[in-house]
Amino acid sequence: MSLGALLRLALRALAVNKLRSALTMLGIIIGVGAVIVMIAVGSGAQARVEEQIRALGSNLLLVMSGATTSGGVRLGFGSGFTLSEDDAAAINRDIPEALAAPALRGGAQVVWGNTNWSTQIFGVTPEYLDARQWLLASGRVFEPAETAGAGKVAILGQTVAKQLFGSADPLDQVIRIKRVPFTVIGVLEAKGQSMLGHDQDDLILMPLATARSRVLGTASAAKQRSVGTIWVKVAEGYDTRAAEEQVRSLLRQRHRLQPGADDDFSLRNLAEVMAAQEASSRVLTLLLAAVASVSLVVGGIGIMNIMLVSVTERTREIGLRMAVGARTRDILGQFLVEAVTLSLIGGIAGVTIGLGASYAIAGFAGWRILIAPEAVALAVAFAFAIGVFFGFYPARKAARLNPVEALRFE
Amino acid sequence: MAETLIHTRDLVKLYPMGDGEVRALAGVSVDIARGEFVAVMGPSGSGKSTFMNLLGCLDRPSAGEYALAGKRVSDLGGDELAAVRNRSIGFVFQHFNLLARTTALENVELPLVYAGVATRERRDRALEILARVGLRERAYHQPAQLSGGQQQRVAIARALVTRPLLILADEPTGALDSRTSLELMGLFQELNRQGMTILLVTHEADVARFAGRVLRFLDGRVVGDEANAAADARRLLGAEALAA
Ligand SMILES: Nc1ncnc2c1ncn2[C@@H]1O[C@H](COP(=O)(O)OP(=O)(O)OP(=O)(O)O)[C@@H](O)[C@H]1O
Ligand SMILES: [Mg+2]
Repeated sequence: MSLGALLRLALRALAVNKLRSALTMLGIIIGVGAVIVMIAVGSGAQARVEEQIRALGSNLLLVMSGATTSGGVRLGFGSGFTLSEDDAAAINRDIPEALAAPALRGGAQVVWGNTNWSTQIFGVTPEYLDARQWLLASGRVFEPAETAGAGKVAILGQTVAKQLFGSADPLDQVIRIKRVPFTVIGVLEAKGQSMLGHDQDDLILMPLATARSRVLGTASAAKQRSVGTIWVKVAEGYDTRAAEEQVRSLLRQRHRLQPGADDDFSLRNLAEVMAAQEASSRVLTLLLAAVASVSLVVGGIGIMNIMLVSVTERTREIGLRMAVGARTRDILGQFLVEAVTLSLIGGIAGVTIGLGASYAIAGFAGWRILIAPEAVALAVAFAFAIGVFFGFYPARKAARLNPVEALRFE
Repeated sequence: MAETLIHTRDLVKLYPMGDGEVRALAGVSVDIARGEFVAVMGPSGSGKSTFMNLLGCLDRPSAGEYALAGKRVSDLGGDELAAVRNRSIGFVFQHFNLLARTTALENVELPLVYAGVATRERRDRALEILARVGLRERAYHQPAQLSGGQQQRVAIARALVTRPLLILADEPTGALDSRTSLELMGLFQELNRQGMTILLVTHEADVARFAGRVLRFLDGRVVGDEANAAADARRLLGAEALAA
């Protein structure tokens, strides 16, 4: 019998017991649907991580004040200021492939007219924007004179600009931070949420000296020219790991640390951190897909079960078909195609439902999803394989029936 | 004497049963010529069905020899046996064995499906045969919408549609009332008159009288083989029954 004829026969047989067929497909529908959703959500998350790595640049080091571990006890990042502006200057001087940008961070209230907003203040040098690959939407960066002379100028993040000025143009306006008037000289481009979900546009940049003396500084910190973090951008094509080691030994030398002593700062290669995160999100995606595919196998067992019932119920039909000339392979094909039809229809329905659910999740929960055509094709192919695998045994059972006994079956 | 269609020598069929075995056929040697109408009779359990199943290539003999139209079928493979069943043999069963929820037409087409005949030709041939058994108007009815006699006619049409060498009917009237049985026997007789070889198992002497030869089975052996002189008279009666 031709494949088309077998397919028609299968659809007809399945239509006889519509509810039973639908319930049998349910396992495959749920399995395929779950696999599709898991892969869509998982690879969406993965794509976001990848995008952030790209936005961050693969050549960024972050040095933070304070040891990561101290006598086995883990301390918070930046506990105690152990880095100084001079460390950054030394990196810039001694390691030509590195661009160091120190930063001092703190919170403050910002006022313009009668609106106010509480935000993060970053005291930085002009290199900071370069190192972090941040772009200006409008305005300019600090002039050298403003950097050196603690000029009262500020660059706003998009959130701050929107909160204070609404749709008005913030450029050249004067805002007050801790009662000190600042002129807005620039606005940053929007960067959206960070991986941890905080708003990267809710900040103000100002010259480091200004931040230290006018807004954030304490007397002792001012003396030490200390900073909380130093971002180090490694030149394109230069080995990030080598730069990491150079920065580490330079800082250890400057801080006069004995060999064997712990670092009094923490140095991280951001690309590696993110790559690790990406790897773990990929593992999670695979794990979820694997769990989902367990229900596919359960669905396959359901198909096998129903096909065995069907073979028993239709023993006389099988005997009759053999009597009028069906060969072993005709019977095998008939029941195999029936099982595969069940699993394929289930698979296609599962894909439809899975895609619908994925878009619903994207719409309602705001999660990023990514639907790879290969993943969809793979899920359908898997459903097909399940049908063949679990349909084979019942089909072979049917094909091996003895025609005389089958015809006599009550 | 016409050419021999069925030739068996010492045909034996054993069924394993507990420790020993059941000797369903204990050496049957029969020759049947093309165009004969043979009734097979005998008490229950005497091996009639077993004999028919072997002739129909539904089962293999334990020993002995069977040739159909000069060809030994004892040593054919599974697919070849299926082909013999498909092309050379038409079965009629006591319980009709039609596919449920399937029209008479599609039931009759079934052997042609396995013979690989194209859809159009299949349809034409099935309709033609249905007309021959008087059911052209019922072609699109399903078994549940047909009487027992009509269902058995559909089954006969299905047996005839591949233009087989012989028809094997195991108690075809067993599930029908006596009047319908007689009508059906008239149909068999008509087919035989047109040249079809027919073997038919029955318990009823009334039915057996339509045949030209009667084989009697007892305990797996043929114990009687006689020509039926009354067959001609019955032919008339069958015609009357059909006309009535
Ligand atoms: N599959 C089997 N296994 C064991 N014994 C069997 C099997 N099929 C038939 N027999 C035995 O073989 C013998 C002949 O059976 P068969 O069906 O040929 O009888 P029959 O003449 O057709 O009887 P009836 O008139 O009741 O149909 C019986 O004794 C029966 O029990
Ligand atoms: Mg019998």
